[in-house]
Amino acid sequence: MALFSIPGVSIAGIAAAVPKHVEYNRDYSWISEKERESLIKNIGVESRHVAKKGVTTSDLCFAASNQLLDNLNWKRDEIELLIFVSQSRDYLVPTTACILQDRLGLPHSCLAFDIGLGCSGYIYGLSTAAGMMQQGSIRKALLMVGDISTTTTTYRDKSTYPLFGDAGTVTALEYNRDASPMSFNLQTDGSGYKALIIQDGGIRNIITKKSFDVRKYSKGIHRNRLNLELDGIEVFNFSLREVVPNIKALLQYTNVNLEGIDYLVFHQANRLINETLRKMLKMEPGKVPYSLREYGNTSGASVPLTMVTQLRDQLIQGKLNLLLSAFGVGLSWGSALIGTERIICPPVMEI
Amino acid sequence: MNMDIQNFIIKIEGEFEDLKPGLLKPDSKFRDAFDWNSINALILIALIKTEYNVTLTANDLIKSKTIKDIYTIVETRFQK
Repeated sequence: MALFSIPGVSIAGIAAAVPKHVEYNRDYSWISEKERESLIKNIGVESRHVAKKGVTTSDLCFAASNQLLDNLNWKRDEIELLIFVSQSRDYLVPTTACILQDRLGLPHSCLAFDIGLGCSGYIYGLSTAAGMMQQGSIRKALLMVGDISTTTTTYRDKSTYPLFGDAGTVTALEYNRDASPMSFNLQTDGSGYKALIIQDGGIRNIITKKSFDVRKYSKGIHRNRLNLELDGIEVFNFSLREVVPNIKALLQYTNVNLEGIDYLVFHQANRLINETLRKMLKMEPGKVPYSLREYGNTSGASVPLTMVTQLRDQLIQGKLNLLLSAFGVGLSWGSALIGTERIICPPVMEI
Repeated sequence: MNMDIQNFIIKIEGEFEDLKPGLLKPDSKFRDAFDWNSINALILIALIKTEYNVTLTANDLIKSKTIKDIYTIVETRFQK
């Protein structure tokens, strides 16, 4: 099992940026008013921040990173690791992390690479960065996680369009011998890779004219093969099957119980999934924050965005034990147990 | 917990606001009984998972017509 603890690395700060433009699901006239009401109530998304055409995830992460570095008073030439976790990169080639290294003015001694994960990306990125830093050679790192999902969803697909919002985040990590260890439980089941998929445009199905043909799949679901396809029931059952055992195994491994956790921050999948998981774990609502209502499902950004928008005061002022849990596309999922102490956390930026 | 179809129906009626109590019967076709859509499918799946720890798949729903059809699947998989 990929259950492990990493000592010596702490979170120094977290920041997030979202596009200024907001869309409201109450105005989503592709579906009936009754269905809109049910969607807002059960899926839990009232509004979503949507990027203008041409704005990339790296633009959002860049803005958040500049803001965070200024607040931290970190010198750019001290940063030796940059990881960009996303499924919406700037170009097919090259890697977005390289572009960000230069754009942020980070030194050539900085190693930079992308990780291509979505919903589970924050947990994976955190474990990768911390793992590379734990022996103390790399002392400062930036982990950028986010997605622009709204360019691959289409208005005439009610299963994706009203769900996803755009966001970019950055987490500053530093080597700190006294830091409490971060613990992780990471898992994968690629047999479910079709549950969330964009069929064409990769190397398996190279883009053709047919990729643009719109087909009706069921009532209210029309899309082409370059749009994101979501099998709601499959993702739902996967989440209900895997997330709770994954968390319980991490708690057992670390000898921590849920009463010792200040907040459980879930990937913001949808309200029905998250509330069912919360009830399965018997966690009180006040300990499980949501950014879903205002920002929608923001893919890999959802865990750090929820921290910045819902727990900012607590992160700045105190010491927290946080349980993070993220799950989805891949299928890929994981949980992390981390401690934070008076971190730098500027308010979410709108750009 | 014992399985019982009346109890199963009461739980479903409690979850869906559209349903007037007492109208849903074992042989009611669930697609006609209330405004059936993918969100309601998820609500039903969530209810069955939390109440009975039984997973209902998309295929189970496709194969089922009545409340009793779904109840039978849940009853078969339910472990006392």
